[in-house]
Amino acid sequence: MAVARHWRNQDQRYNLAGTHCKVCGGHFFPKTSMCPTCHRRSMGKLERFQFSGNGTISSYTIIHDGMPQYSSQVPYVIAYIDLEEGDHIIGQIVDCEPSEVEIGKGVEMVFRKLSEEGRSGTIQYGFKFRLTM
Amino acid sequence: MGKLARDVAVIGVGQTRFGEHWNLTFRELGIEAGFRAMEDAGISSSRIEALYTGTMSSGLFLNQEHVSAMIAEVVGLTENQIPATRIEAAGASGGLAFHQAILDVASGLHDIVVVGGAEKMSDVVSNVATEFVASGADQAWEGLFGATMPSLFALMARKHMHDHGTTKEHLAHVAVKNHVHGAKNPLAQFQREITMDMAVNAAMVADPLGMYDCAPSSDGSASLVLCDMKTAKELSDNPIRVAGTGQGSDSLSLANREEITSMRSTVAASRRAYEMAGVGPGDIKVAEVHDSYTISEIIAIEDLGFFKKGDGGFATERGETALNSTITVNPSGGLKARGHPLGATGIAQINELVIQLRGDAGDRQVKDANIGLAHNIGGTGGTAVVNILEVV
Ligand SMILES: [Zn+2]
Repeated sequence: MAVARHWRNQDQRYNLAGTHCKVCGGHFFPKTSMCPTCHRRSMGKLERFQFSGNGTISSYTIIHDGMPQYSSQVPYVIAYIDLEEGDHIIGQIVDCEPSEVEIGKGVEMVFRKLSEEGRSGTIQYGFKFRLTM
Repeated sequence: MGKLARDVAVIGVGQTRFGEHWNLTFRELGIEAGFRAMEDAGISSSRIEALYTGTMSSGLFLNQEHVSAMIAEVVGLTENQIPATRIEAAGASGGLAFHQAILDVASGLHDIVVVGGAEKMSDVVSNVATEFVASGADQAWEGLFGATMPSLFALMARKHMHDHGTTKEHLAHVAVKNHVHGAKNPLAQFQREITMDMAVNAAMVADPLGMYDCAPSSDGSASLVLCDMKTAKELSDNPIRVAGTGQGSDSLSLANREEITSMRSTVAASRRAYEMAGVGPGDIKVAEVHDSYTISEIIAIEDLGFFKKGDGGFATERGETALNSTITVNPSGGLKARGHPLGATGIAQINELVIQLRGDAGDRQVKDANIGLAHNIGGTGGTAVVNILEVV
Protein backbone atom coordinates (compact mmCIF):
# COMPACT_ATOMS: atom_id res chain seq x y z
CA MET A 1 0.00 0.00 0.00
CA ALA A 2 1.42 3.40 -0.96
CA VAL A 3 2.22 5.77 1.91
CA ALA A 4 0.11 8.57 0.37
CA ARG A 5 -2.98 6.38 0.60
CA HIS A 6 -2.58 6.29 4.38
CA TRP A 7 -1.55 9.94 4.75
CA ARG A 8 -4.69 11.05 2.90
CA ASN A 9 -6.91 9.41 5.55
CA GLN A 10 -4.95 10.65 8.58
CA ASP A 11 -7.45 13.28 9.76
CA GLN A 12 -10.14 10.61 9.83
CA ARG A 13 -7.98 7.91 11.39
CA TYR A 14 -6.26 10.15 13.97
CA ASN A 15 -9.07 12.56 14.88
CA LEU A 16 -12.22 10.62 13.98
CA ALA A 17 -13.07 13.40 11.54
CA GLY A 18 -16.17 12.82 9.46
CA THR A 19 -18.77 14.93 7.72
CA HIS A 20 -21.75 16.96 8.94
CA CYS A 21 -24.57 17.66 6.46
CA LYS A 22 -26.06 21.11 7.12
CA VAL A 23 -29.17 20.21 5.11
CA CYS A 24 -30.40 17.18 7.11
CA GLY A 25 -28.14 17.44 10.16
CA GLY A 26 -26.69 13.96 9.64
CA HIS A 27 -23.18 12.95 10.75
CA PHE A 28 -21.18 10.52 8.64
CA PHE A 29 -18.01 8.50 9.09
CA PRO A 30 -15.79 8.20 7.11
CA LYS A 31 -15.84 11.57 5.31
CA THR A 32 -18.15 11.80 2.36
CA SER A 33 -18.33 14.27 -0.51
CA MET A 34 -22.08 13.76 -0.87
CA CYS A 35 -24.73 13.20 1.82
CA PRO A 36 -26.25 9.72 1.34
CA THR A 37 -29.68 11.15 2.22
CA CYS A 38 -29.66 14.56 0.53
CA HIS A 39 -27.55 13.69 -2.53
CA ARG A 40 -27.14 16.75 -4.80
CA ARG A 41 -28.85 19.09 -2.35
CA SER A 42 -25.88 18.59 -0.01
CA MET A 43 -23.37 20.04 -2.50
CA GLY A 44 -21.54 22.89 -0.75
CA LYS A 45 -23.44 22.19 2.48
CA LEU A 46 -21.03 19.67 3.99
CA GLU A 47 -18.49 20.49 6.70
CA ARG A 48 -15.78 18.66 8.63
CA PHE A 49 -17.12 17.17 11.83
CA GLN A 50 -15.12 15.70 14.68
CA PHE A 51 -16.90 12.81 16.37
CA SER A 52 -16.61 12.63 20.17
CA GLY A 53 -15.44 9.03 19.96
CA ASN A 54 -18.19 7.90 22.33
CA GLY A 55 -20.42 5.06 21.29
CA THR A 56 -22.10 1.77 22.14
CA ILE A 57 -21.15 -1.77 21.13
CA SER A 58 -23.78 -3.13 18.75
CA SER A 59 -21.92 -6.34 17.96
CA TYR A 60 -18.43 -7.77 18.42
CA THR A 61 -16.18 -10.71 17.62
CA ILE A 62 -13.00 -12.15 19.09
CA ILE A 63 -10.57 -12.85 16.25
CA HIS A 64 -8.31 -15.89 16.65
CA ASP A 65 -7.18 -16.14 13.03
CA GLY A 66 -6.12 -12.61 12.17
CA MET A 67 -4.77 -10.52 9.33
CA PRO A 68 -1.00 -11.12 8.82
CA GLN A 69 -0.02 -7.69 10.19
CA TYR A 70 -2.10 -8.36 13.33
CA SER A 71 -1.04 -11.97 13.88
CA SER A 72 1.04 -11.08 16.98
CA GLN A 73 -2.06 -9.57 18.63
CA VAL A 74 -4.47 -12.54 18.53
CA PRO A 75 -6.91 -12.97 20.12
CA TYR A 76 -8.15 -9.42 19.49
CA VAL A 77 -11.62 -7.91 19.56
CA ILE A 78 -13.34 -6.09 16.70
CA ALA A 79 -16.66 -4.34 17.33
CA TYR A 80 -19.43 -2.76 15.31
CA ILE A 81 -20.03 0.47 17.22
CA ASP A 82 -23.00 2.85 17.11
CA LEU A 83 -21.44 6.33 17.40
CA GLU A 84 -23.16 8.77 19.76
CA GLU A 85 -23.77 11.37 17.01
CA GLY A 86 -25.07 8.80 14.52
CA ASP A 87 -23.50 6.40 11.95
CA HIS A 88 -21.43 3.34 12.80
CA ILE A 89 -17.77 2.40 12.84
CA ILE A 90 -15.72 -0.77 12.98
CA GLY A 91 -12.80 -0.72 15.37
CA GLN A 92 -10.79 -2.71 17.89
CA ILE A 93 -11.68 -2.86 21.59
CA VAL A 94 -8.53 -2.74 23.73
CA ASP A 95 -7.39 -2.46 27.38
CA CYS A 96 -9.69 -5.24 28.63
CA GLU A 97 -10.15 -8.99 28.56
CA PRO A 98 -12.17 -10.15 25.54
CA SER A 99 -14.64 -11.74 27.99
CA GLU A 100 -15.53 -8.27 29.37
CA VAL A 101 -16.88 -7.12 25.99
CA GLU A 102 -20.68 -7.21 25.66
CA ILE A 103 -23.34 -5.82 23.36
CA GLY A 104 -24.71 -2.58 24.83
CA LYS A 105 -21.54 -1.53 26.68
CA GLY A 106 -20.25 2.03 26.21
CA VAL A 107 -16.88 2.77 24.56
CA GLU A 108 -14.61 5.76 23.97
CA MET A 109 -11.96 6.32 21.33
CA VAL A 110 -8.25 5.99 22.08
CA PHE A 111 -5.33 6.75 19.74
CA ARG A 112 -2.99 3.80 19.22
CA LYS A 113 -0.57 2.05 16.95
CA LEU A 114 -2.78 -0.07 14.70
CA SER A 115 -0.56 -2.78 13.34
CA GLU A 116 2.96 -3.98 12.78
CA GLU A 117 4.64 -3.33 9.50
CA GLY A 118 2.44 -4.85 6.80
CA ARG A 119 2.98 -5.11 3.07
CA SER A 120 3.07 -1.30 2.87
CA GLY A 121 6.32 -1.29 4.83
CA THR A 122 5.01 1.34 7.26
CA ILE A 123 3.57 1.21 10.77
CA GLN A 124 0.01 2.56 10.92
CA TYR A 125 -1.60 4.58 13.71
CA GLY A 126 -5.26 5.36 14.27
CA PHE A 127 -8.34 4.93 16.45
CA LYS A 128 -9.19 2.02 18.70
CA PHE A 129 -11.78 1.96 21.49
CA ARG A 130 -11.90 1.01 25.16
CA LEU A 131 -14.80 0.24 27.49
CA THR A 132 -16.02 3.21 29.54
CA MET A 133 -17.42 1.19 32.46
CA MET B 1 -38.64 -3.14 -17.98
CA GLY B 2 -37.71 -6.16 -15.92
CA LYS B 3 -37.92 -8.56 -18.88
CA LEU B 4 -35.36 -10.22 -21.14
CA ALA B 5 -35.71 -9.41 -24.85
CA ARG B 6 -35.62 -13.14 -25.69
CA ASP B 7 -35.57 -16.47 -23.87
CA VAL B 8 -32.19 -17.86 -22.80
CA ALA B 9 -31.25 -21.39 -21.70
CA VAL B 10 -28.32 -23.43 -20.34
CA ILE B 11 -27.47 -26.45 -22.52
CA GLY B 12 -24.20 -27.69 -21.05
CA VAL B 13 -22.36 -27.72 -17.71
CA GLY B 14 -18.90 -28.79 -16.56
CA GLN B 15 -16.88 -28.59 -13.35
CA THR B 16 -13.56 -29.74 -11.95
CA ARG B 17 -13.61 -31.28 -8.53
CA PHE B 18 -13.07 -28.47 -6.01
CA GLY B 19 -10.20 -28.78 -3.53
CA GLU B 20 -6.44 -28.43 -3.35
CA HIS B 21 -5.13 -29.14 -6.84
CA TRP B 22 -1.36 -28.89 -6.24
CA ASN B 23 -0.63 -30.37 -9.67
CA LEU B 24 -2.99 -28.20 -11.75
CA THR B 25 -2.50 -24.63 -12.94
CA PHE B 26 -5.21 -21.99 -13.29
CA ARG B 27 -5.07 -22.61 -17.06
CA GLU B 28 -5.56 -26.37 -16.67
CA LEU B 29 -8.48 -25.93 -14.28
CA GLY B 30 -10.15 -23.59 -16.79
CA ILE B 31 -9.61 -25.98 -19.69
CA GLU B 32 -11.03 -28.98 -17.83
CA ALA B 33 -14.29 -27.29 -16.84
CA GLY B 34 -14.67 -25.56 -20.21
CA PHE B 35 -14.24 -28.73 -22.26
CA ARG B 36 -16.60 -30.68 -20.00
CA ALA B 37 -19.28 -28.02 -20.52
CA MET B 38 -18.85 -28.04 -24.32
CA GLU B 39 -18.87 -31.83 -24.36
CA ASP B 40 -22.04 -31.86 -22.23
CA ALA B 41 -23.65 -29.41 -24.68
CA GLY B 42 -22.46 -31.51 -27.62
CA ILE B 43 -20.90 -28.60 -29.46
CA SER B 44 -17.42 -27.82 -30.75
CA SER B 45 -15.53 -24.72 -29.68
CA SER B 46 -15.96 -23.21 -33.17
CA ARG B 47 -19.64 -22.56 -32.30
CA ILE B 48 -18.76 -20.33 -29.32
CA GLU B 49 -19.34 -16.64 -30.06
CA ALA B 50 -18.28 -15.02 -26.76
CA LEU B 51 -16.66 -15.92 -23.44
CA TYR B 52 -17.32 -14.57 -19.94
CA THR B 53 -15.08 -15.46 -16.98
CA GLY B 54 -15.73 -14.77 -13.30
CA THR B 55 -12.51 -14.51 -11.27
CA MET B 56 -12.07 -12.58 -8.04
CA SER B 57 -8.38 -12.19 -7.55
CA SER B 58 -5.98 -13.84 -9.96
CA GLY B 59 -3.89 -10.68 -9.54
CA LEU B 60 -3.30 -11.25 -5.84
CA PHE B 61 -3.25 -15.06 -5.84
CA LEU B 62 -1.23 -15.56 -9.06
CA ASN B 63 0.11 -12.12 -9.97
CA GLN B 64 -1.80 -12.54 -13.23
CA GLU B 65 -4.54 -10.24 -14.49
CA HIS B 66 -6.20 -10.28 -17.90
CA VAL B 67 -7.25 -13.90 -17.47
CA SER B 68 -10.10 -13.48 -19.98
CA ALA B 69 -7.57 -13.60 -22.83
CA MET B 70 -5.70 -16.41 -21.12
CA ILE B 71 -8.79 -18.59 -20.87
CA ALA B 72 -9.84 -17.78 -24.44
CA GLU B 73 -6.39 -18.86 -25.57
CA VAL B 74 -6.22 -22.13 -23.67
CA VAL B 75 -9.68 -23.32 -24.70
CA GLY B 76 -8.83 -22.54 -28.32
CA LEU B 77 -11.18 -19.61 -28.80
CA THR B 78 -8.67 -17.01 -30.01
CA GLU B 79 -8.79 -18.38 -33.57
CA ASN B 80 -11.96 -16.39 -34.23
CA GLN B 81 -10.94 -13.50 -31.95
CA ILE B 82 -14.22 -13.82 -30.03
CA PRO B 83 -15.01 -11.25 -27.33
CA ALA B 84 -13.57 -12.48 -24.00
CA THR B 85 -14.55 -10.61 -20.84
CA ARG B 86 -13.59 -10.99 -17.19
CA ILE B 87 -16.12 -10.03 -14.51
CA GLU B 88 -15.11 -9.26 -10.91
CA ALA B 89 -17.35 -8.80 -7.89
CA ALA B 90 -15.39 -10.67 -5.19
CA GLY B 91 -17.21 -13.94 -4.32
CA ALA B 92 -20.07 -13.00 -6.66
CA SER B 93 -17.81 -12.89 -9.74
CA GLY B 94 -19.21 -16.15 -11.15
CA GLY B 95 -22.88 -15.34 -10.61
CA LEU B 96 -22.36 -11.90 -12.08
CA ALA B 97 -20.52 -13.33 -15.12
CA PHE B 98 -23.59 -15.54 -15.67
CA HIS B 99 -25.90 -12.52 -15.28
CA GLN B 100 -23.88 -10.51 -17.83
CA ALA B 101 -23.84 -13.43 -20.29
CA ILE B 102 -27.65 -13.69 -20.00
CA LEU B 103 -27.97 -10.01 -20.89
CA ASP B 104 -25.63 -10.52 -23.87
CA VAL B 105 -27.57 -13.46 -25.34
CA ALA B 106 -30.98 -11.97 -24.53
CA SER B 107 -29.95 -8.78 -26.36
CA GLY B 108 -29.41 -10.78 -29.54
CA LEU B 109 -25.73 -9.87 -29.83
CA HIS B 110 -24.63 -13.50 -29.57
CA ASP B 111 -26.47 -16.84 -29.76
CA ILE B 112 -24.02 -19.20 -28.04
CA VAL B 113 -21.64 -18.15 -25.25
CA VAL B 114 -19.51 -19.92 -22.68
CA VAL B 115 -19.46 -18.68 -19.08
CA GLY B 116 -16.71 -19.85 -16.77
CA GLY B 117 -15.55 -19.20 -13.24
CA ALA B 118 -12.15 -20.10 -11.83
CA GLU B 119 -9.89 -19.46 -8.86
CA LYS B 120 -6.54 -20.88 -7.77
CA MET B 121 -6.08 -20.18 -4.05
CA SER B 122 -3.70 -22.89 -2.82
CA ASP B 123 -0.51 -21.24 -4.08
CA VAL B 124 -0.43 -18.88 -1.07
CA VAL B 125 -0.26 -19.75 2.64
CA SER B 126 -3.45 -19.47 4.67
CA ASN B 127 -2.96 -16.11 6.43
CA VAL B 128 -2.04 -14.52 3.11
CA ALA B 129 -5.24 -16.00 1.65
CA THR B 130 -7.07 -14.43 4.63
CA GLU B 131 -5.67 -11.04 3.64
CA PHE B 132 -6.55 -11.49 -0.04
CA VAL B 133 -10.11 -12.61 0.71
CA ALA B 134 -10.48 -9.52 2.94
CA SER B 135 -9.90 -7.34 -0.14
CA GLY B 136 -13.54 -8.11 -0.99
CA ALA B 137 -14.49 -6.00 2.06
CA ASP B 138 -13.45 -2.38 2.76
CA GLN B 139 -9.66 -2.34 3.09
CA ALA B 140 -9.39 1.29 4.28
CA TRP B 141 -12.04 1.12 7.03
CA GLU B 142 -12.29 -2.58 7.91
CA GLY B 143 -9.16 -4.49 6.83
CA LEU B 144 -6.65 -1.89 8.04
CA PHE B 145 -8.21 -2.09 11.53
CA GLY B 146 -7.73 -5.86 11.62
CA ALA B 147 -11.13 -7.05 10.40
CA THR B 148 -10.94 -10.29 8.42
CA MET B 149 -13.79 -11.53 6.22
CA PRO B 150 -14.86 -14.16 8.81
CA SER B 151 -14.81 -11.49 11.54
CA LEU B 152 -17.30 -9.33 9.59
CA PHE B 153 -19.65 -12.30 9.30
CA ALA B 154 -19.06 -12.99 13.00
CA LEU B 155 -20.36 -9.47 13.73
CA MET B 156 -23.51 -10.35 11.77
CA ALA B 157 -23.78 -13.70 13.57
CA ARG B 158 -23.48 -12.25 17.09
CA LYS B 159 -26.07 -9.57 16.26
CA HIS B 160 -28.42 -12.16 14.73
CA MET B 161 -28.06 -14.27 17.89
CA HIS B 162 -28.72 -11.24 20.10
CA ASP B 163 -31.73 -9.97 18.15
CA HIS B 164 -33.37 -13.26 17.06
CA GLY B 165 -32.24 -15.96 19.50
CA THR B 166 -30.15 -17.80 16.91
CA THR B 167 -27.70 -20.18 18.60
CA LYS B 168 -24.26 -21.63 18.00
CA GLU B 169 -26.06 -24.98 17.49
CA HIS B 170 -28.19 -23.45 14.71
CA LEU B 171 -24.99 -22.45 12.92
CA ALA B 172 -23.64 -25.97 13.38
CA HIS B 173 -26.81 -27.47 11.88
CA VAL B 174 -26.09 -25.57 8.65
CA ALA B 175 -22.58 -27.05 8.43
CA VAL B 176 -23.70 -30.59 9.34
CA LYS B 177 -26.52 -30.50 6.77
CA ASN B 178 -24.27 -29.19 4.00
CA HIS B 179 -21.68 -31.90 4.74
CA VAL B 180 -24.44 -34.54 4.48
CA HIS B 181 -25.25 -33.16 1.03
CA GLY B 182 -21.58 -32.81 0.03
CA ALA B 183 -20.99 -36.46 0.85
CA LYS B 184 -23.33 -37.26 -2.07
CA ASN B 185 -21.52 -34.97 -4.54
CA PRO B 186 -18.54 -36.55 -6.36
CA LEU B 187 -17.16 -33.10 -7.28
CA ALA B 188 -17.29 -31.70 -3.72
CA GLN B 189 -14.11 -30.84 -1.80
CA PHE B 190 -15.37 -32.55 1.38
CA GLN B 191 -17.30 -35.75 0.73
CA ARG B 192 -17.72 -36.77 4.34
CA GLU B 193 -20.21 -36.06 7.08
CA ILE B 194 -19.36 -34.21 10.28
CA THR B 195 -20.99 -34.41 13.71
CA MET B 196 -22.71 -31.65 15.69
CA ASP B 197 -19.99 -32.05 18.31
CA MET B 198 -17.22 -31.44 15.74
CA ALA B 199 -19.00 -28.34 14.40
CA VAL B 200 -19.89 -26.80 17.78
CA ASN B 201 -16.52 -27.43 19.41
CA ALA B 202 -14.19 -26.65 16.50
CA ALA B 203 -11.33 -24.17 16.95
CA MET B 204 -12.53 -20.57 16.84
CA VAL B 205 -11.73 -18.43 13.81
CA ALA B 206 -13.71 -15.32 14.77
CA ASP B 207 -15.95 -15.97 17.76
CA PRO B 208 -18.78 -17.13 17.44
CA LEU B 209 -17.64 -18.61 14.12
CA GLY B 210 -15.42 -21.70 14.32
CA MET B 211 -13.59 -23.64 11.66
CA TYR B 212 -16.70 -25.53 10.55
CA ASP B 213 -18.65 -22.29 10.19
CA CYS B 214 -16.33 -21.19 7.36
CA ALA B 215 -16.15 -22.38 3.76
CA PRO B 216 -12.66 -23.56 2.82
CA SER B 217 -10.12 -22.05 0.43
CA SER B 218 -10.23 -24.02 -2.80
CA ASP B 219 -8.91 -24.40 -6.29
CA GLY B 220 -11.46 -25.10 -8.96
CA SER B 221 -13.30 -24.13 -12.06
CA ALA B 222 -16.86 -24.43 -13.37
CA SER B 223 -18.22 -23.64 -16.79
CA LEU B 224 -21.47 -23.68 -18.75
CA VAL B 225 -22.86 -23.10 -22.22
CA LEU B 226 -25.65 -20.56 -22.58
CA CYS B 227 -27.71 -19.84 -25.71
CA ASP B 228 -30.97 -18.40 -26.97
CA MET B 229 -33.96 -20.72 -26.63
CA LYS B 230 -34.37 -21.32 -30.38
CA THR B 231 -30.78 -22.54 -30.69
CA ALA B 232 -31.11 -24.40 -27.38
CA LYS B 233 -34.02 -26.48 -28.71
CA GLU B 234 -32.06 -27.36 -31.86
CA LEU B 235 -29.03 -28.48 -29.87
CA SER B 236 -30.51 -29.99 -26.71
CA ASP B 237 -33.29 -32.32 -25.54
CA ASN B 238 -33.35 -30.80 -22.07
CA PRO B 239 -32.48 -27.10 -22.09
CA ILE B 240 -32.90 -25.36 -18.74
CA ARG B 241 -34.50 -21.93 -19.09
CA VAL B 242 -33.39 -18.77 -17.29
CA ALA B 243 -36.69 -17.65 -15.77
CA GLY B 244 -35.34 -14.65 -13.88
CA THR B 245 -32.12 -12.84 -13.10
CA GLY B 246 -31.47 -9.98 -10.67
CA GLN B 247 -28.54 -8.07 -9.24
CA GLY B 248 -28.32 -5.73 -6.24
CA SER B 249 -25.68 -3.64 -4.50
CA ASP B 250 -25.03 -2.19 -1.03
CA SER B 251 -22.22 -0.31 0.71
CA LEU B 252 -18.81 -1.99 0.61
CA SER B 253 -18.36 -1.47 4.34
CA LEU B 254 -20.64 -3.02 6.97
CA ALA B 255 -20.33 0.16 9.03
CA ASN B 256 -22.18 2.12 6.35
CA ARG B 257 -25.31 -0.03 6.75
CA GLU B 258 -28.12 0.49 9.24
CA GLU B 259 -28.85 -3.24 9.41
CA ILE B 260 -26.29 -6.06 9.61
CA THR B 261 -28.57 -9.06 10.12
CA SER B 262 -30.05 -8.75 6.64
CA MET B 263 -28.54 -7.92 3.25
CA ARG B 264 -30.42 -5.33 1.23
CA SER B 265 -28.53 -6.41 -1.90
CA THR B 266 -29.95 -9.94 -1.59
CA VAL B 267 -33.47 -8.67 -0.94
CA ALA B 268 -33.31 -6.39 -4.01
CA ALA B 269 -31.69 -8.96 -6.32
CA SER B 270 -34.24 -11.62 -5.38
CA ARG B 271 -37.17 -9.24 -5.79
CA ARG B 272 -35.98 -8.43 -9.33
CA ALA B 273 -35.44 -12.11 -10.19
CA TYR B 274 -38.81 -13.21 -8.71
CA GLU B 275 -40.63 -10.46 -10.62
CA MET B 276 -38.98 -11.38 -13.91
CA ALA B 277 -39.76 -15.07 -13.36
CA GLY B 278 -43.30 -14.40 -12.16
CA VAL B 279 -42.78 -16.66 -9.14
CA GLY B 280 -42.33 -16.25 -5.38
CA PRO B 281 -40.20 -17.91 -2.71
CA GLY B 282 -42.89 -20.54 -2.12
CA ASP B 283 -42.49 -21.84 -5.68
CA ILE B 284 -38.78 -22.67 -5.25
CA LYS B 285 -38.06 -26.37 -4.68
CA VAL B 286 -34.28 -26.22 -4.63
CA ALA B 287 -31.88 -23.40 -3.84
CA GLU B 288 -28.12 -22.98 -3.98
CA VAL B 289 -27.34 -20.15 -1.56
CA HIS B 290 -24.07 -18.42 -0.66
CA ASP B 291 -23.01 -20.11 2.59
CA SER B 292 -19.49 -18.67 2.72
CA TYR B 293 -20.17 -18.83 6.48
CA THR B 294 -22.97 -20.70 8.23
CA ILE B 295 -24.56 -17.39 9.26
CA SER B 296 -24.61 -16.35 5.59
CA GLU B 297 -26.95 -19.26 4.80
CA ILE B 298 -29.26 -18.36 7.70
CA ILE B 299 -29.42 -14.72 6.61
CA ALA B 300 -29.86 -15.73 2.94
CA ILE B 301 -32.83 -18.05 3.49
CA GLU B 302 -34.53 -15.21 5.38
CA ASP B 303 -33.70 -12.48 2.85
CA LEU B 304 -34.78 -14.70 -0.06
CA GLY B 305 -38.17 -15.09 1.63
CA PHE B 306 -38.00 -18.84 2.34
CA PHE B 307 -38.38 -18.20 6.08
CA LYS B 308 -39.38 -15.16 8.06
CA LYS B 309 -36.78 -12.87 9.61
CA GLY B 310 -35.20 -14.50 12.63
CA ASP B 311 -36.50 -18.00 11.83
CA GLY B 312 -33.61 -19.11 9.58
CA GLY B 313 -31.64 -20.83 12.34
CA PHE B 314 -34.70 -22.43 13.90
CA ALA B 315 -35.92 -23.65 10.45
CA THR B 316 -32.50 -25.22 9.81
CA GLU B 317 -32.63 -26.95 13.21
CA ARG B 318 -36.12 -28.29 12.35
CA GLY B 319 -34.59 -29.86 9.23
CA GLU B 320 -36.63 -27.75 6.82
CA THR B 321 -33.66 -27.03 4.55
CA ALA B 322 -32.40 -30.63 4.29
CA LEU B 323 -32.64 -32.73 1.14
CA ASN B 324 -36.29 -33.24 0.16
CA SER B 325 -37.77 -31.33 3.09
CA THR B 326 -39.67 -28.00 2.87
CA ILE B 327 -37.05 -26.50 0.54
CA THR B 328 -33.75 -28.18 -0.27
CA VAL B 329 -30.96 -25.68 0.39
CA ASN B 330 -27.50 -26.40 -1.01
CA PRO B 331 -27.93 -30.01 -2.24
CA SER B 332 -24.41 -29.73 -3.75
CA GLY B 333 -22.95 -29.30 -0.26
CA GLY B 334 -22.84 -25.53 -0.67
CA LEU B 335 -19.70 -23.47 -0.36
CA LYS B 336 -19.05 -25.22 2.97
CA ALA B 337 -18.66 -28.76 1.59
CA ARG B 338 -18.46 -28.41 -2.19
CA GLY B 339 -15.68 -25.87 -1.66
CA HIS B 340 -15.36 -22.17 -2.46
CA PRO B 341 -12.95 -21.27 -5.26
CA LEU B 342 -14.26 -17.67 -5.18
CA GLY B 343 -14.95 -16.92 -8.87
CA ALA B 344 -15.99 -20.49 -9.67
CA THR B 345 -18.66 -20.67 -6.96
CA GLY B 346 -21.42 -18.75 -8.77
CA ILE B 347 -21.11 -20.96 -11.85
CA ALA B 348 -20.98 -24.17 -9.77
CA GLN B 349 -24.29 -23.09 -8.18
CA ILE B 350 -25.94 -22.69 -11.60
CA ASN B 351 -24.51 -26.03 -12.70
CA GLU B 352 -25.99 -27.78 -9.65
CA LEU B 353 -29.42 -26.34 -10.45
CA VAL B 354 -29.13 -27.52 -14.07
CA ILE B 355 -28.20 -31.04 -12.92
CA GLN B 356 -31.09 -31.03 -10.40
CA LEU B 357 -33.63 -29.73 -12.93
CA ARG B 358 -32.55 -32.34 -15.49
CA GLY B 359 -33.10 -35.01 -12.83
CA ASP B 360 -29.48 -36.16 -13.06
CA ALA B 361 -28.40 -35.55 -9.45
CA GLY B 362 -28.40 -39.20 -8.33
CA ASP B 363 -28.31 -39.67 -4.54
CA ARG B 364 -28.80 -35.97 -3.91
CA GLN B 365 -31.72 -35.54 -6.35
CA VAL B 366 -34.47 -33.19 -5.18
CA LYS B 367 -37.79 -34.87 -6.01
CA ASP B 368 -39.93 -33.12 -8.63
CA ALA B 369 -37.41 -30.29 -8.96
CA ASN B 370 -38.85 -28.01 -11.65
CA ILE B 371 -37.70 -24.58 -10.52
CA GLY B 372 -34.54 -23.57 -8.67
CA LEU B 373 -32.80 -20.46 -7.37
CA ALA B 374 -29.11 -19.56 -7.07
CA HIS B 375 -27.87 -16.81 -4.74
CA ASN B 376 -24.29 -15.51 -4.93
CA ILE B 377 -22.81 -12.63 -2.92
CA GLY B 378 -19.56 -10.69 -2.99
CA GLY B 379 -17.75 -9.63 0.20
CA THR B 380 -20.22 -8.96 3.00
CA GLY B 381 -23.04 -8.40 0.49
CA GLY B 382 -21.84 -5.34 -1.44
CA THR B 383 -22.99 -7.33 -4.46
CA ALA B 384 -25.73 -9.97 -4.66
CA VAL B 385 -26.88 -11.89 -7.73
CA VAL B 386 -29.97 -14.11 -7.84
CA ASN B 387 -30.81 -16.36 -10.78
CA ILE B 388 -33.93 -18.51 -11.19
CA LEU B 389 -33.89 -21.48 -13.56
CA GLU B 390 -36.73 -23.76 -14.67
CA VAL B 391 -37.44 -26.86 -16.68
CA VAL B 392 -38.78 -26.04 -20.15
ZN1 LIG C 1 -28.04 15.39 4.35
